[in-house]
Amino acid sequence: MEIVMAFVCGFLFMAAIYLILSRSLLRIIIGTGLLSHGAHLLILTMGSFKGSAPPVLSDGVTDFVDPLPQALILTAIVISFGVTAFILVLAYRAYHELKTDDMTLMKGSEDNE
Amino acid sequence: MFQVLCIFIPLLAALFMPFFFKKVSTIHTGWFVLVVPIFLVSYYALFIPTVSKGDSVIAQLDWIPSLGISFVSYLDGLSLLFSLLISGIGALVVLYSIFYLDRTKEQLHNFYIYLLMFMCAMLGVVQSDNMMTLYLFWELTSISSFLLIGYWNNRDKSRFGALKSMMITVAGGMMMLGGFVLLSIMGDTFSIRELISQAPELSTNDLFVVALVLILLGAFTKSAQFPFYIWLPDAMEAPTPVSAYLHSATMVKAGLYLVARFTPIFAVSEIWIWLVTGIGLLTLFWGSFFALKQRDLKGILAFSTVSQLGLIMSLLGVGAIAFHVDGAQETIFKYAAFAAIFHLINHATFKGSLFMIAGIVDHETGTRDIRKLGGLMSIMPVSFTVALIGSFSMAGLPPFNGFLSKEMFLTAVLSITEFDLFNFSTWGVLFPIIAWIASVFTFIYSFYFVFHTFTGKGKIDQLPHKPHEAPMGMLVSPVILAGLVVALFFIPNMIADTFIKPAVMAVQPFLYSSPDQIDIHVAAWHGHITTELKMTAGIIVLGLALFLTLSRWQKIYSLFPSKLTLNNLYDFIIYDLFDRWAGRLSGLYMTGSIRRYLSYMLGSISIIVIATLFMQDAFRMNFDGASPIRIYQVILIIVLVIGTITTVFAKSRITSIVALGLVGYTVSLFFIMFNAPDLALTQLVIETISVALFLLAFYHLPKLKKEKERTQFRFGRAFVSIAVGAMVTLVALSAHSQKLIPSISEYYKETVYSLAGGGNIVNVILVDYRGFDTLFEIAVLSIAGIAIFGMIKLRLSKKGEKL
Repeated sequence: MEIVMAFVCGFLFMAAIYLILSRSLLRIIIGTGLLSHGAHLLILTMGSFKGSAPPVLSDGVTDFVDPLPQALILTAIVISFGVTAFILVLAYRAYHELKTDDMTLMKGSEDNE
Repeated sequence: MFQVLCIFIPLLAALFMPFFFKKVSTIHTGWFVLVVPIFLVSYYALFIPTVSKGDSVIAQLDWIPSLGISFVSYLDGLSLLFSLLISGIGALVVLYSIFYLDRTKEQLHNFYIYLLMFMCAMLGVVQSDNMMTLYLFWELTSISSFLLIGYWNNRDKSRFGALKSMMITVAGGMMMLGGFVLLSIMGDTFSIRELISQAPELSTNDLFVVALVLILLGAFTKSAQFPFYIWLPDAMEAPTPVSAYLHSATMVKAGLYLVARFTPIFAVSEIWIWLVTGIGLLTLFWGSFFALKQRDLKGILAFSTVSQLGLIMSLLGVGAIAFHVDGAQETIFKYAAFAAIFHLINHATFKGSLFMIAGIVDHETGTRDIRKLGGLMSIMPVSFTVALIGSFSMAGLPPFNGFLSKEMFLTAVLSITEFDLFNFSTWGVLFPIIAWIASVFTFIYSFYFVFHTFTGKGKIDQLPHKPHEAPMGMLVSPVILAGLVVALFFIPNMIADTFIKPAVMAVQPFLYSSPDQIDIHVAAWHGHITTELKMTAGIIVLGLALFLTLSRWQKIYSLFPSKLTLNNLYDFIIYDLFDRWAGRLSGLYMTGSIRRYLSYMLGSISIIVIATLFMQDAFRMNFDGASPIRIYQVILIIVLVIGTITTVFAKSRITSIVALGLVGYTVSLFFIMFNAPDLALTQLVIETISVALFLLAFYHLPKLKKEKERTQFRFGRAFVSIAVGAMVTLVALSAHSQKLIPSISEYYKETVYSLAGGGNIVNVILVDYRGFDTLFEIAVLSIAGIAIFGMIKLRLSKKGEKL
């Protein structure tokens, strides 16, 4: 399963980067969303899925999964939400001010790369 | 301690100058500045009795002890002499500038801050024993020189000259830093004194010659030696007090100081002697020859400075020969180092006064063009007298100090022919000849400077201003310097015992154990007619003849091709090579498109990581202990992949947002599968809010357009994304397949109840073990919240303009 998940993470990253490199703000933001999903799964995969019980102490259970990646991911989920919310509103505001959501037009130069 | 702080006194004083300039408007700011050099002169004068006995005083202030970098103020004969010159000439220059720069028209606080910064830097250069701080101060002199040359920054030529001087001297400084680093590797210390004590071992090192050449490049660029001298004539755009101070008396001598200071280390090398002597003599000749081409008074002085610096440089080179001769105390080579120091003092006095006179002429007549000047003798008698004294001293005529050091210089170059090592007995014959020809030209340009300005048919009524004698205050400094020029001729031995001999000790430390052993007596008349005296007579006769016929042969300078000059080479390098070609090259990839930069970065990261994985042989595939794949997991993965593909290729915004939500919910199902209930819960909540927020915000955003892209970029984009995906997969596989160190989670598992008293390990880690992380996480969220609020509510646009 770990091997398959490694490819799934790579796939998520690939799609995310493809979106981030596009011109439309909406696609870029969706790309960052995908990127954080990929990163979370990557951390979890690298920590391995050993263990059969969730990391909560209860009687008679010793075979926990590794709690540390989960703690890191929990922090990351919240932070990525904050960042996503921020750039969403940034995009909203930028569109209001500049009347475009095209990155190359926002640059303000005539050079339409 | 106080001794080290004294280096920084000018810098501290500079802090107050804007205050004095802005608040005390009735008094010229220069008067406040003047206190600093006067204090420093008197402070350093206290060291004269100790140092003239051959002792040295040292004080240290640690800066970065772990790297062995500290501010060390090391006062021996050489550095004390320079410190006194810097603060003494500094005082005279500040006094002169008070009358030269108009309080009401100039930005005086800027000027004096730069000047004080320079003073600090220069004191640091000559006193530092630590090579790293020496380099620091060295570059600070370049920077302050840049600021001072560009002081009148609305003039094109000032900016050009400032940039040129900085480009050349900083490039040399970089070379010198390289040399310093090599030396510190060889000797395992940054201290120059310790390096000198290891000098014999250093010379056998392979890097020795490289360090030697690099350090010489630093010295040659700073001291305007051929072919780097081209910055000095352009530096004459600086206000005249600056030219007098930096570009004749002090900064350009930093290179000489460096050569003198490192002579004990490098003198064993024949390359050192050839380079220092040869380049010095070439510069001496070149500068004196082209001085006569100049039309600008300061231009003449600039070339004359170049030439005189070459003279001192060559003397230092000859002085190094003393390390190769047995019983050197007895030979004539000991004269060379002595003459170098002596001429250095003399040059500071006469060239300082001449620069000030050039400034006075400029100030009073409004022009420095020597073709427009003439006949000022009767109008400006005091200036004329000072100029006459300075020029005659420069030409090497008695009864002025230049005569004495010029004689010693001739002695030194004559003696080269007697040196039979390193091919000097054959090629060395050229040296006195070059020196003699250069001296003839020196004689001519000295006369050219003074007589074409002050005598002859004056066109006084055609000058921009009606000329009159300068105000008293302006004349004080040049008159003092001219007085020194005469005085030094009559009391050379007193100066020698107090200043020169201790300085010679620093240059040739292995030869003498105390200054008294330096058995040199300076005399104008040796009791019989020497070869040097005959040479001087020849210089005077030929020089006079050529000076009187100057107008007839000065045309030969126009014969030199104007395209093949060093200045054009500099322009080519800076403006064609760097500006245009390098600009075109970087324009190829610096397009200003953020997306393009991002793909460069991501592409390079992938290449670097993947290459490192394989080059370090870190890639492993290990399927042991992998958990089995179940059918519902496969279904989830298929859903995730479909969702992701949909976000990428969706045509409408609603579809892609919903697809993103789908991916998010699938991820939370994965969390459940992998025994992470807390993550799954959080992910569910956050995903729901996110989708709601997306829909809310994108209600206002435009519809997705089909992207029109150049296929080239589209392919690049696909390639970069595939590379990143591959990198992540490879890293994940390797990370999974090899566990080099055990996970630290065991610690949490064991102590979670005993230390933190909690059952849910993930939660306990977040709030107890890594409580600060969570605290800052909250801080990030609140910052994001404030920013979002600000962006929605606040409007920075103009009043009344509604968006």
